[in-house]
Amino acid sequence: MLHPVGTGHYLVLSLALLLVGILGVLTRRNLVIVLMSVELILNAVNINLIAFSKHTGNLAGQVFAIFVITLAVAEAAVGLGLLIALFRNRETTSADEVNLLRW
Amino acid sequence: MTAFYTGTDHFAVLPALLLALFGCAVLLFEFVLPVGMASRRALAALTLAGEGFTAYSLYRQHSYLSSQGWPALTAFQGAVTIDGLALAFNWMFLAAAGLAALISYRYLETEGEHSGEYYGLLLFAQFGMFFLASGTDLIVQFTGLETMALSFYVLVGFLRGRRRSNEAALKYFVLGVLSSGLILYGFSVLYGISGSTKLSAVAGAVAGRGAGDPLIWLAVATLGAGLFFKIAAAPFHMWAPDAYDGGPTPVVAYLSVASKAAAFVLLLRLFLGPLAAAREAWQGLTVMVALASLAVGTIAALSQDNVKRLLAYSSIAHGGYVLLGLVAGNARGLQGIVVYLLTYVFMNTGAFLVLVLLRRGEAEGNHIDDLSGLMRRSPAAAVLMLLFLLSLGGLPPSSGFIAKYYIFLALVESGHYALAAVGAIFAAAGLYYYFRLVKTMFGGRELAGEPLAASMGTRVAMVSTAVVTLGLGLYPEPLLQLALLPVKP
Repeated sequence: MLHPVGTGHYLVLSLALLLVGILGVLTRRNLVIVLMSVELILNAVNINLIAFSKHTGNLAGQVFAIFVITLAVAEAAVGLGLLIALFRNRETTSADEVNLLRW
Repeated sequence: MTAFYTGTDHFAVLPALLLALFGCAVLLFEFVLPVGMASRRALAALTLAGEGFTAYSLYRQHSYLSSQGWPALTAFQGAVTIDGLALAFNWMFLAAAGLAALISYRYLETEGEHSGEYYGLLLFAQFGMFFLASGTDLIVQFTGLETMALSFYVLVGFLRGRRRSNEAALKYFVLGVLSSGLILYGFSVLYGISGSTKLSAVAGAVAGRGAGDPLIWLAVATLGAGLFFKIAAAPFHMWAPDAYDGGPTPVVAYLSVASKAAAFVLLLRLFLGPLAAAREAWQGLTVMVALASLAVGTIAALSQDNVKRLLAYSSIAHGGYVLLGLVAGNARGLQGIVVYLLTYVFMNTGAFLVLVLLRRGEAEGNHIDDLSGLMRRSPAAAVLMLLFLLSLGGLPPSSGFIAKYYIFLALVESGHYALAAVGAIFAAAGLYYYFRLVKTMFGGRELAGEPLAASMGTRVAMVSTAVVTLGLGLYPEPLLQLALLPVKP
């Protein structure tokens, strides 16, 4: 017996994506994968916004999601730019070797 | 005609329009003007002109609202609200950005990384802050937050050839986007429970559900974690010392005061706005974070030999004091928050300014030993640093004393005696590391090396920060009047 997919299911999915994203940012050592994990967090937000928009019948959530997608692109551009600047000086994209600054 | 104009959307967002206009103008002029020192001067002057025009438009909003008895001026169907809170914080951002622009010229010349993008980003960051302070719609606030944050990531990494700057920017970026994502997740939940992005509609939905609701709890947890990251409160402070250490010093001065104040105004808009009805859900969390910030900031600063890192940890502790004002939750607490952040703009920028002076030729000027014997080498810089450190430590007659006094007064008036006592203990402990710097400046061995030379802009910034820090300590009336604005109904 299959239940129809409801807003609750989407909420669980987005919460799971959020947690995967946070874990990825905090534990992965490769900075490119960290950037991908950030995208997961932002997409968790998008799922939330669209699901709530459908649930409440209000379009503002879908508009908000488009804003989020735009900002995610800007963030990725800035992040990759910073990463390239680092790579030119250090020849690495591993978070373990980014260790000049501590305490 | 005037009466018609002051009611328009254009009047409400004119300061932000001017900032964006001048930011774009700086970027364009960089291409048009020939490469050279005169052009770089022209770009710096253009930035300051932009700040001047923005100041005038803010002043017009200020005088209009005060002539009308402080109504809240709304624009774009309630997406932007110009009220006392927005104006008080916009004045702060203006002061911080203006001071940063004044002290940047010499520093960037020394580093050999002088270009128009720097000034453009400085203005764009302030543009984002304007919408953080005056936005009353989740989409507007989110866009403002990201505009500010993206500008700051690039500014911190502006010294492209320096590994420390690259590294600082990347660490700040990774934790910054994580916190933005968390805040955004909180926004999506707030949208979900209300079906609207307007803060006024969200407030009604939150009040209807109460503090025990799991969705409210989820929103408070994600928003709280994200915002505490942005204000660099412990245990979410890890990025601050690294970003402060590696970033260009004028940027760090700007970042430490303006981005902290901007995150605080968003926190106030949300926690004292829609989430005020769910106070039980965030009160305990805020108390814990405030105390952790005081403890971590004060204790970690004791063992720092790098002055920029020391100031980073001190800024974490200062964030803790401001959070205590939010914990108090009364009108005096809100007034204390504004007083604190306003004085912090001047005293902290002042302290970083002296570090900018010490950066010359090959000298990095960040280590505590670089301050050694400063009194004999450059009495003016040493005395100013003493004034800023006194103020950061919260001793009279400086304005830092007034700020701490208001926070503690708010705590006592709202019956949080234990918190006030703990705050006072940490304030006393904080004096130790500030006075370590004072002892080095006045007692240490005099260093050889290039003499300090202040540029015109640095001189103006030095005099104005010092006059404000001391002046508001001796005559705090204007400051208290400005801080009363957000409290006015």
